[in-house]
Order: sequence, then C-alpha cells, then structure tokens
Amino acid sequence: MIAELGQLALALALIVAIAQSIVPLVGAARGDAALTAFARPAAYVQLAAVAAAFLALAYAYVTSDFSVATVARNSHTSMPLLYRLTGVWGNHEGSMLLWILILALMSAAVASFGANLPDGLRARVLAVQGMIGVAFLTFILFTSNPFTRQFPAPLDGRELNPLLQDPGLAFHPPWLYLGYVGFSVAFSFAVAALIEGKVDPAWARWVRPWTLFAWLSLTIGIALGSWWAYYELGWGGWWFWDPVENASFMPWLIGAALLHSAVVVEKRDALKSWTILLALIAFSFSLIGTFLVRSGVLTSVHAFAVDPARGVFILMILFAAIGGSLTLYAWRAPMLKAGGLFQPLSREGALVLNNLLLATGAATVLLGTLYPLFLDVLGAGKVSVGPPYFNSTFVPLMIPLVVAMAIGPLLSWKRADIAGAISRLAAAGIATVAVIGIVLYASGGTGFIAALGLGLAAWLFVGTMIEFAERLRLFRAPLAESYDRWRHLPRSALGMSVAHAGMAIAIAGMTASTLFQAEQILAMRAGEVVSMRGYDLRFEGVIQANGPNYQAERARFIVTSGGKPVTVLAPERRFYPVQRQQTTEAAIHTTGLADLYVVVGDSDGKGAWTVRLYHNPLVPWIWAGCLIMALGGGLSLTDRRLRVGAPKQRLAAAE
Amino acid sequence: MTRKRRRLVAVSVGMALLAAAAGLVLNAFRDSLVFFYGPSEALAKEIGPDRRFRLGGLVEPGSLGKAGDGVTITFKVTDGAAAIPVRFAGILPDLFREGQGIIAEGRLLQGTFEARNVLAKHDETYMPPEVVDALKKSGQWQPEKKP
Repeated sequence: MIAELGQLALALALIVAIAQSIVPLVGAARGDAALTAFARPAAYVQLAAVAAAFLALAYAYVTSDFSVATVARNSHTSMPLLYRLTGVWGNHEGSMLLWILILALMSAAVASFGANLPDGLRARVLAVQGMIGVAFLTFILFTSNPFTRQFPAPLDGRELNPLLQDPGLAFHPPWLYLGYVGFSVAFSFAVAALIEGKVDPAWARWVRPWTLFAWLSLTIGIALGSWWAYYELGWGGWWFWDPVENASFMPWLIGAALLHSAVVVEKRDALKSWTILLALIAFSFSLIGTFLVRSGVLTSVHAFAVDPARGVFILMILFAAIGGSLTLYAWRAPMLKAGGLFQPLSREGALVLNNLLLATGAATVLLGTLYPLFLDVLGAGKVSVGPPYFNSTFVPLMIPLVVAMAIGPLLSWKRADIAGAISRLAAAGIATVAVIGIVLYASGGTGFIAALGLGLAAWLFVGTMIEFAERLRLFRAPLAESYDRWRHLPRSALGMSVAHAGMAIAIAGMTASTLFQAEQILAMRAGEVVSMRGYDLRFEGVIQANGPNYQAERARFIVTSGGKPVTVLAPERRFYPVQRQQTTEAAIHTTGLADLYVVVGDSDGKGAWTVRLYHNPLVPWIWAGCLIMALGGGLSLTDRRLRVGAPKQRLAAAE
Repeated sequence: MTRKRRRLVAVSVGMALLAAAAGLVLNAFRDSLVFFYGPSEALAKEIGPDRRFRLGGLVEPGSLGKAGDGVTITFKVTDGAAAIPVRFAGILPDLFREGQGIIAEGRLLQGTFEARNVLAKHDETYMPPEVVDALKKSGQWQPEKKP
C-alpha cells in the first residue's frame, strides 16, 4: 500500500513538473503575473510529492517489505538499521530517487530563497528546473521504478553489497548529489539569462551562491568518496583515476572555473558569455557523470546493474540538455553586451588564465575517460587509460595554475603591476626554494617530482598567507588598524584565502602520500614482528569475531615505537554469508602527519597470514585540505553581499 | 587595449594551452594506453615482456595456489579455449573466487603473466563487460541464470 502511494506521488510529481516547465515560461513571455506566480507553489508541491515517494521507499526498506523488488534485491533483515536506511540509495533505483529528491530540494530552495529575484527570471529558472525534473522523473518511472512489486515476495532479501555496508554510504552519495544536482541551478540561471538575453552583475550575484554551494558540496562528496575508497578497498591508495572518479572530478573542475569567472562578471561586468557557457558545461558534466555511472558502460562499484534501456534513456536526456542549451547559447549569446575592458596582466587576466587551465584540464580528463569507450564503439580494441595518462597530461597543466594561484589575488583589477606583485611574494619564493632544497637533500637528489609538488604547495600556502596579511596590512599598520580591517574583511575574501590554503595543504598531502609511500607484503605467523619506518608491529594472531550479518577474522597487531606502546591495530577480513562475499577492513593508525595502514589477507592454512602494510606520509592532509577548501566555500557563502535581500537594497539604492 | 586585441590575446593563450594539452595527450597515449586481451588473443598476439596489458577471463577452477614465499599467489586465467598462468604478489580483491571473471594488469614474461594488479567484479551479479566480450569471442559465454 505504502509503495503504491510512493508510486502515485512520483506520478503526481511528474505532472506538476510538466506544468512547472511550461506555465511560468508562458507567463514570463506574456508578462502575465498570474501564470508567472505559478512557479513557486509548483516547486513546493513537486518537493512534497518527491519527498513523499522517498519516504515511502525508505519505509519499505526499514520495514523490510520484500514484495518491493529493489528492497528484496538490496536489503536483508539481519542488516543493522543504519544500512537498511542508507540502502535506500545503495542501488540504482533508489539513488536516482535521491537524485530527483535533491533536484526538487534545489528548486524549492530557489523558490524560497529567491525572494529578491525579478519575477520573470525566477519563473524561467524554475521552469528550466521543471524540465530537468520531467526528464528524470520520466526516466525513473519508465526505466527504473523503485516501487515495482514482485509476487510472491521472497522470505528474505539478497542484502546490500557488503562493500557498501559502511557509514560512508550515509554521507558520500548525498553530498556528491548535492554537488552534481546543485549545478542544475547554475544551468537553469544560464538558460533563463539566455532566454532573457540579459546578463549583468546582479545576475552573477544571484548565481554565485548556488554555484558555491554546489561546488563545496561536490568537494565534500569527492573527498568523502576518496577517503572511503582509501579505508575500505584496502589498496592504500586514495585516488585511482577510475572513470567514475573522473566523472565527479570534471564538474568539480568546471565548477571551480565558473566560481572564478562569475566573480569577473559581478565585479567587472566582463566575461559574460564565457560564464554562461561554463554554467551550461558544468551541469552537462554532471549529466555525463550520471550517464557514465548509471548506464553500466563502465566497470565500477557504482555500476549496480546493466540495463541498456537505461543507458539509452540517459543518453537522450544528455543530448537534449547539452544540445538544446548549446543551441540556445549559439543563438542568443552574441546578443549579450560585452562589458568592462582589461589588460591581459590584471586580476581579470589571471582569472581568465585560471579558467583556461581548468577547462583544458577538464578536457584532458574527459578525453582520457571517454577514449576507451570511443575505441570500443569503433571496434578498435579494448583499452584502459590509467594513472600514467593522467599523471602526464593533467598534472603538468595544474602546475602553472598553482603558480598563478598565488600571484592572481595580488593583482589589481583592470591593469596590474606584475613586478610589484611578484616582489611581494619574495617570502613565498624563499619558502619554495627551501622546501625544494630540503626534499632534494633528504631524498638524495632523486625526489625531483616530490620536491616540485611540495615546493608548489609551499609557494601557494605562503603566497596565500602573504595576500591575506596584505589585506589586513598586518605588521605594516598598527595592530588596531589590522584588527579593524579584520572585522570588516568581506567573508568572500576570507573564504578565498581559506580555500586556497586548503588547496595547498591537499597538494602537499597528495604529493607526499603518492611519492613517499612505503609498502610491504609478507606472510606472518603469530608472534612475529615486522618493522616499518620506526614502528614495530607484533602480530598476535587472528581471532573469530562476528558481526550482526557477517563473520570476521580479526587480526591483532601490537604497535610499538622504540619500545614504547603506540596502539593496537585490528584489521578484519569479513565474510557476508548472504551475498557470499568477502570484504577487507583496513586498520589505520594516524598521527595527522602520516598513516600506518594494515590489511590482513587470507591464511595459508598452516598458521601464516598474508599481511600488507603501508606507511602513507601526509595522507590525512588530502582530506583535511579538501574540507578546508569546502570551509572556504562556506565562508564565502555567508558573505553579506550574497545574503538574501542585500543585492536588492543595493539595486534600489543605485536607481 | 581594444576589445579586439584583448580577444586576440585570450584566444592565442587558449590555443597555446590547447596545443600544449594536445601534445601531452598524444605523448601519453603513446606510452600509457593499456590494451585488454583474453587469454587466446594474448597468446595469438605474442605480446612482448615490455608491453603492459590487461588480461581478462575466468579463474580456472582448481588452479589457485600459493608459491613458496607464502605471499605470491598463482592461478590460471582462462576463456575456455586457452589459459595463461598468473603470478600475483599481494592480497586478492574481496570478490576473487575460482570460476569468476577477473581482470589482471601486468606483463607477460616467458609464458607467465606477472600481475601488478588484480581487479574482480564488485558485486555478485556483475561481470566486467570486457570479460563478457572475451568469453563471447572464444565462444564460452553463457548468459547468467537469473535467480
């Protein structure tokens, strides 16, 4: 009964979405206030309907209603409540429903926070959101219905994939989708602006918080996914250039470019049509990501099941959205009036360089991700494009970006004194040279790439600190003045400094953990001791330890350093009988500067166990850096300028 | 600076970047493309030891063993028509089982595939599409029975 109500709610949402995508558009075109006003309540009703459907599915999962097919395929009565609940989106149908729920949430947020938007613009934005909703609601209802019943209902379900039975499932997909789907708002704003033929600084001010929100959510989502892969897969790595990872990384890159170009539109009324194009591309990449992940064309933990009809349907949505929006762009963008002029060497120029590098980087990632598919379609053989490709294309493109990242914020708008900016970075230069020298010396002259990566991180970090200190006139003016400047510092400026510093920390973590990783694989018997980088691990043997729905072999290692006890590590190897599947639970000891990472494998049946050890220097900095970046985005989001109502007052004052 | 000049500068910087990216991509494609072969294909092509590739197929039942060092795992990958012995030092992925589809990445040295990486499917009902194709090529593909 509840499942049928959920189905009904989805159908209702589709009808509302169809109306939402037509009525306000007609209203805005005719200037009919009654039709325009339809957009907001429609967005709220759509959210209510989709939320009801989502709750209905969650109810089916929590109560283990195995007559619902997805529940029977992906749940089991022995699973803890947390995984019965997160299992809602641990499968294809449910995760599409989460996608649509977040889409409806974003639309309703535009409807409710967009009180200061002109009625016409808001109506058009919500109409475009409605169209995206129509596409995906049709998709879910006709190819991926989460409420399909099956009779007779099985006595018990087939359980969630054990790899997904982890608290990570509670956080990674929702954050990732907030990012993916969040870009739909920027997309809708861009399409609405193209329909109106008008882009001005006010438009940029409205679109920026949505882009910021989507970007920071995506940052958190990607970081959580990478951390989850790190501790769950037991390979000691944190990024594999897997197509699915790339699918989330491309919208992140374009989103970062969009954030920066929107600043130029807002402050200088320039780069308008480029910014529109980025907004269209960012969401297009989200759709490509959804296609790659959901169509089953890729080998991945995210490819739940292969059904060609779904792939074709998403491909159609993809063509309609990308083709349609780019056609509209080609037709309308030339009508946008170009704005402020600037010299190549200026803040605008630096932001253009940032955009070009990020876009080129995203293009190389796209090529590497799709190339195997192209070759396959052409029948030219099966290939895979792995980390070596990305290391020799994407990484070199990011080096000038990081170099420019420290310089750009010191340049002034319109025309800048580049020599002055560089001279102010003397301290950063000294820090960079010092770091490079230390790394080269410590590695005996062989760690050139490590020296370069850590040197860049130092350059960016110190450069960011210098820019921040300059802004406060720290040590140049009396402390009271600096304090006063701190109190009046715009949050967006603070946010930028925090985000750039986070990037520097993440780069240091990525470089050191990749290039200074120590790895050891050996067979150990109880009582044996292995040493790694100053730690001694004594293997105490393996005991049986059972969980609610699995049997585990738990190893015990007593870790000491110079005779002093450090910790006890207990990696597990779990067996899930329902799915007849094994999982590895790594045990990690972190000091904040490095991780000691232990995985236990199988036994030879004669008392020896395969043990894999890693020592990963600075690896926690990767996720810390990403979270600091997201925090920077959040700080920027609280800027007064972006707050509801503030732009309207300013506009009113200007008139 | 006029609008035209500015656009010219932006476009030329953009073109230079794209050219640099294209150069990097072509260079990377020459060295780092990893081809996928089933056992029959890999043997027919007589791949040299300096070429890294992916070998995919089913783990031959009864072939799984351990070398003397207690760490190196040996097994055979088969497509029904041919089989290649594989050596791998490390911990096998969680879904590795005899009779199931896997992909190994490494080099072929004197008839033995030295794997650096072994990938298995991620869940019960999923088979790497590459393995399905390799099995189809050797005529050993049986669509999985639906439960």
